[in-house]
Amino acid sequence: MLKQDIKKPKNIFRSPKMRSDNLKAWFGSHEALNEISLSIPTFHVTAIIGPSGCGKSTFIRCLNRMHEVVPGTRIQGNVYLDEVDIYGSSINPVNLRKRVGMVFQKPNPFPTMSIRDNVLAGLRLQGMKTYDSDEVVEKALVRAALWDEVKDILKRPGLSLSGGQQQRLCIARALALEPEVLLMDEPCSALDPIASAKIEELIHELRGKYTVVIVTHNMQQAARVSDVTAFFYMGKLVEFDYTEKIFTNPKYKKTEEYVTGRFG
Amino acid sequence: MIFKKKFIKESTSENAFKAICFVAILLPILLIIVLIGDALIDGWSRLNLDFLLGLPSRKAEIAGLLPALMGSFYLMLLTAAIAIPLGLGAAIYLEEYASESFLTSLIEINISNLAGVPSIIYGLLGLEIFVRMSHMGRSLLAGACTLALLLLPMVIMVSRESLRVVPKSLREACFALGADRFQTIWKVVLPMSFPGALTGIILSMARAIGETAPLITIGALTYVAFLPDSIHSAFTAMPIQIFNWISRPQKDFHINAAAGIIVLLLVMLILNALAIWLRARLQRKVYW
Amino acid sequence: MNQELFLSSQVDLKAARSLKERLIKALFFFCAAVSILTTLGIVGILIFETWNFFGKVSFKQFFGDTQWTPLFAQKHFGVWALISGTALTSFVSIVTALPLGLLAAIYLSEFASKRIRSFIKPSLEVLAGIPTVIYGYFALTFVTPCLQKIIPGLAGFNALGAGIVMGIMILPIIASLSEDAIYAVPPSLKEGAYALGGNRLATIFRVVLPSSFSGIGAAAILGISRAVGETMIVVIAAGQQPNFTLDPRVAVETMTAYIVQVSLGDTPTGTLEYQTIFAVGMTLFIFTLALNLGAHHLRRNVLKGSL
Repeated sequence: MLKQDIKKPKNIFRSPKMRSDNLKAWFGSHEALNEISLSIPTFHVTAIIGPSGCGKSTFIRCLNRMHEVVPGTRIQGNVYLDEVDIYGSSINPVNLRKRVGMVFQKPNPFPTMSIRDNVLAGLRLQGMKTYDSDEVVEKALVRAALWDEVKDILKRPGLSLSGGQQQRLCIARALALEPEVLLMDEPCSALDPIASAKIEELIHELRGKYTVVIVTHNMQQAARVSDVTAFFYMGKLVEFDYTEKIFTNPKYKKTEEYVTGRFG
Repeated sequence: MIFKKKFIKESTSENAFKAICFVAILLPILLIIVLIGDALIDGWSRLNLDFLLGLPSRKAEIAGLLPALMGSFYLMLLTAAIAIPLGLGAAIYLEEYASESFLTSLIEINISNLAGVPSIIYGLLGLEIFVRMSHMGRSLLAGACTLALLLLPMVIMVSRESLRVVPKSLREACFALGADRFQTIWKVVLPMSFPGALTGIILSMARAIGETAPLITIGALTYVAFLPDSIHSAFTAMPIQIFNWISRPQKDFHINAAAGIIVLLLVMLILNALAIWLRARLQRKVYW
Repeated sequence: MNQELFLSSQVDLKAARSLKERLIKALFFFCAAVSILTTLGIVGILIFETWNFFGKVSFKQFFGDTQWTPLFAQKHFGVWALISGTALTSFVSIVTALPLGLLAAIYLSEFASKRIRSFIKPSLEVLAGIPTVIYGYFALTFVTPCLQKIIPGLAGFNALGAGIVMGIMILPIIASLSEDAIYAVPPSLKEGAYALGGNRLATIFRVVLPSSFSGIGAAAILGISRAVGETMIVVIAAGQQPNFTLDPRVAVETMTAYIVQVSLGDTPTGTLEYQTIFAVGMTLFIFTLALNLGAHHLRRNVLKGSL
């Protein structure tokens, strides 16, 4: 999937991997999301941008039902994965999260586990027997572009790595479950520029194999890595279009003001 | 603190006050040294293997500590077996499951109030509930149940603190990998918080080993010339034996009491050292 | 389809949907509920046995008498004898512990260097961890003989020696809680005092201590509560004679000591003697509860910042 495919307009939105429909979310009485309807194209990178507190993190946390982990939260509306409602009563959020992986703002490898065990954590947590665990570890680490750096120190604690490596370890940990969608919540916000560049490179490589949704406050990053971009403001979806369009010729004034750095 | 000493000229009265404060803090510490020294001087002559391995006797010179030593040992094991699961479980409920509700805050207030109830009241509770109503009799089991309830608030508090050390982000990472709440607790939260919890629990056990009043109240015997052979047998414990020797009018028994005190302090010292050692060791490496 | 079913439903409930999750949660809840059951048990048995007690002994006999001889043929149930014993030993202990504890707290928070703190704080914790039966031995065989050299006419068992040693026992609590209270005084207040030309001593006495009054009060009350509930020191060193007196030189019997005295004997359950310890226990429980609640109230004021 290269840029020329995307040039064909509307095509990629026709059979979205995930889709939200009038999604509303609350923290207690505070409304964090207001009627978000958004389609996430399959095998592409979707960036979500917007000023702090605009609901972008809340939105992706709704996509794998992590929003409800926090007590006192509530949602309304629908989210579909392959046109199946993930908030349907027959859906087990635990199974959903295997299909929709997540990477967090700050790298959070499990401190009591080695690098290898961190990669296998998801599989083991689900009680899966892994006869070919070496293979799984290598594959996930290779995909997360970390294998060369850690192949000789797999037994070391995950925390012994640098921040950027830790974040790629967390990506490997998510990839080991073979998810279909990978959600990234500001994955570079705690990293230095060099480590950030590595993660961005990695996102490029994941494109075409996974459907990636990345939340970022860094507009250059959104422009560099994503195919489509959604701009959120005060809990509302202002504009959603091809990344090029958003950054060069946005439809709305608000979007233009934000991407040109006039506020935010 | 904020002002370096040199910026504020200290007057004589200030220096005098500082000295008084220093004496005030030194005094109790000196007293402790005197206390331990006093017990050592009094009891040293009786401290030998015969004393540790002997049975109590009406003659002070041949009376031994063994039934009390074993009693305390079994009591600790049983108490730990009851208090640790209950305390950890309660802590897990309060930290991981409970939402902000009336019931939760009731439990929390209740726990902090229980921590202030005098230990002898727990003895009365044990006497009525375990010894009488549950027909456990004046047994090791009844003693352990009573001590476990007494320890529970402390075990819950240290366990909660150790659970709080685990950052929220790790729980979220675990959820995001498709783990359910129990797996998250069992595989990620507990392994991380275990060293801290264990240290705190051992320290509270060290506290419990010196508890006397509740055990006397439930009717632990002060003169036991046999070793407990099951959880239903009658028992004595080190502090009770020491109390028994202290309350004898003959001065010879006071020597035994002093020797018993040295042993009790040693056991507590060992438990404390164990806690510190375990913490250092477990924190270094905990893998699955 | 069945959207309405879950649209506004509390998401927490959904997470705990599976039976296994619910069972596990119930198990953990049971563990937490044990503490509630403990409280209910304590209050329940105390009320129950006290009720039985007052079926045989009138309120007037209990609160209107100053002699306590339920184990003798000539029975008197004047609980004031035990209350006075408890009050006397607790008073001696707080008089010992409060000044020392407060001075220690001031030293720790205002004067001590890091190195001295790192030595003294653990030492105080050691002090707090010593079994009280050991303190009792110390009071009986060391402190009382020393005091007898100074104070002629001091009995072998007396409230003074027991109270002083009990003061040493509660000193760490008072020092540590007072230090917290002093620590909570905002530095800006102190800076204000220094800016006005106050020296260190004046600042401590005029600004720091008055500002932390609630916290220090709470520390003192919690210390008293501990002393009231303390058992082994007074059993061993204060004697077991329920004298209605305020003279610290003679033997007294506290509420806790009476419970131990009866427990050491072989009292059959259901008898009046058996019920007396619960009536005394109830009195003790109410005293300590009131003290703890008072301290809690004061400390909440500190946390709120209404100094």
